[in-house]
Amino acid sequence: MADSFSINDEMSGRRKFLVAATSVAGSIAGAAIATPFLLSMMPSERAKAAGAPVEVDISKLEPGMLLMVEWRGRVVWVLNRTPEMLESLVKVEEQLADPNSEKNQQPEYARNRTRSIKPEILVTEGVCTHLGCSPVFRKEIAPADLGPDWQGGFFCPCHGSKFDLAGRVYKNVPAPTNMVVPPHTYLSDNRLLIGSESEGSA
Amino acid sequence: MSNLFNSMIEWIDKRFPLTSNWKAHLSEYYAPKNFNFWYFFGSLALLVLVNQLLTGIFLTMNYKPDASQAFASVEYVMRDVEYGWLIRYMHSTGASMFFVVVYLHMFRGMMYGSYRKPRELLWIVGMAIFFVLMSLAFTGYILPWGQMSYWGAQVIVSMFGAIPVIGDTLQQWLLGDFTLSDAALNRFFAYHVVTLPLVLLVLVFVHILALHETGSNNPDGIEIKENKNPHTGIPVDGIPFHPYYTVKDIVGVVVFLIVFCGIIFFAPEMGGYFLEYNNFIPANTLQTPDHIAPVWYFTPYYSMLRAVTINFLGIDAKLWGVILMAGSVVIFCFLPWLDRSPVKSIRYKGPYFKTALALFVVSFFVLGWLGTKSPTPLYTLLAQIFTVIYFAFFILMPWYSKIDKTKPEPKRLKE
Repeated sequence: MADSFSINDEMSGRRKFLVAATSVAGSIAGAAIATPFLLSMMPSERAKAAGAPVEVDISKLEPGMLLMVEWRGRVVWVLNRTPEMLESLVKVEEQLADPNSEKNQQPEYARNRTRSIKPEILVTEGVCTHLGCSPVFRKEIAPADLGPDWQGGFFCPCHGSKFDLAGRVYKNVPAPTNMVVPPHTYLSDNRLLIGSESEGSA
Repeated sequence: MSNLFNSMIEWIDKRFPLTSNWKAHLSEYYAPKNFNFWYFFGSLALLVLVNQLLTGIFLTMNYKPDASQAFASVEYVMRDVEYGWLIRYMHSTGASMFFVVVYLHMFRGMMYGSYRKPRELLWIVGMAIFFVLMSLAFTGYILPWGQMSYWGAQVIVSMFGAIPVIGDTLQQWLLGDFTLSDAALNRFFAYHVVTLPLVLLVLVFVHILALHETGSNNPDGIEIKENKNPHTGIPVDGIPFHPYYTVKDIVGVVVFLIVFCGIIFFAPEMGGYFLEYNNFIPANTLQTPDHIAPVWYFTPYYSMLRAVTINFLGIDAKLWGVILMAGSVVIFCFLPWLDRSPVKSIRYKGPYFKTALALFVVSFFVLGWLGTKSPTPLYTLLAQIFTVIYFAFFILMPWYSKIDKTKPEPKRLKE
């Protein structure tokens, strides 16, 4: 019985060739028919078209306040940092994994200490770079649960990752990189456009 | 009357192997005579499977797999559909009880060496069933589209994004979108009600076929087929599955159903462990709940996922977490080859194995408990320690099982 599963040694060369050719042709046909099914699961044209930029008015954003904006189904934070908050960015630098934003998690114009265009206004995706939870804004200094060194920042409740007030990740937490700064630009002093770098492409 | 019945059976037997299969798998399938308490859980798993299929079909009649309607349709089932609450609680309690009986079923196998030769494939098929079961539980939990559904799915799907090179594309392919959205809910529904149940049924069928090929193991871990009555060819320590074990299993079913009904009627949420409180809030894509934890049966693996906080061997902590989490489940498949003990059952194994198994059980429970808690530095340290113990149980097994002081196995089953 076992023989019937294997190609018989006594098979003629012609038959061996035909078995091999049929197997190859069958595999190609299998791969070909699988392709449309697998591709049907990629983001649809409608999903691709839904990435339009969002315009935000930040004139009412007081210092210390955080605004949540939805862009492409994700949350984007706009944080107006106070001078004290900006000072904290220097204090925590020792404890950060990538303080100079060397990894490409931001556009070039946000590759600076504050990771922003205007020093006080932080625009970042409110998504933890570990597994996609949205961290909690913890602006209090040295709360009981986060320890005496805490200078304010973002704490991810899911797996305990910590970020400073520029979205820079701390050392020794599960998240590997700083938070993503989306492409953005200022249309005027108080009109922020998230998702695009020029009004024209909006 | 019996004549009519007999001739009917005869008519069928000429066209379909009814009587021969009845004999081969029930009335003349000889199982060891010394099955104990631990042997209830295989048949109970089948019972829960039937419960899930039946209640699941009825739930689909009212559920809507649409991100804007899913949450409300589940509330509709609970409040407005006649007995909808009962059917849903049977399904949600069944999911947790599925894991209870399957974990006990697996632990039985680990105690009595049921994974050892010649049952390696039986064990691996069983593990495949476990993987499908986990996928079913995960996809099912997403369907109500509450806060835990949404953020739990977010975390699990993001794990695929941690895979180097192909991660991002793979994640988009899984989601059908750039973020977790209606497209994902719709397809997870398809997996939950069509793809995975079909695969599960086939695997369960294969699992039972493989079991009936090798025969059941038993608490003594010796092969009853090596001691056959020379005249009948029947194992002397075997008894027919039907009626002996069918009747025994009915007792198990009755006790199980008492517990099952107790949960459904008095504690369907089980204090937030079976149905989490945060899932009674509709999904909010802008805000993660302050405290998120998976359902109890996933918490040990979840603890391991977040236990790694440092990069080492050139792999970052995030990917290590995912590797450990996947590894913690896959590693069970290698048990047949990791165990080098000359005996199968814990009854004849020595102190090393018993200690190792006890430590493994402790680490499983501690990790499970930690997985329900918010991460603090102390808890993370504990999770790291117990993750090491969890893996040491498997990785060191080839050594400690070999040098262990075992007792001689008996030739025949003890009473």
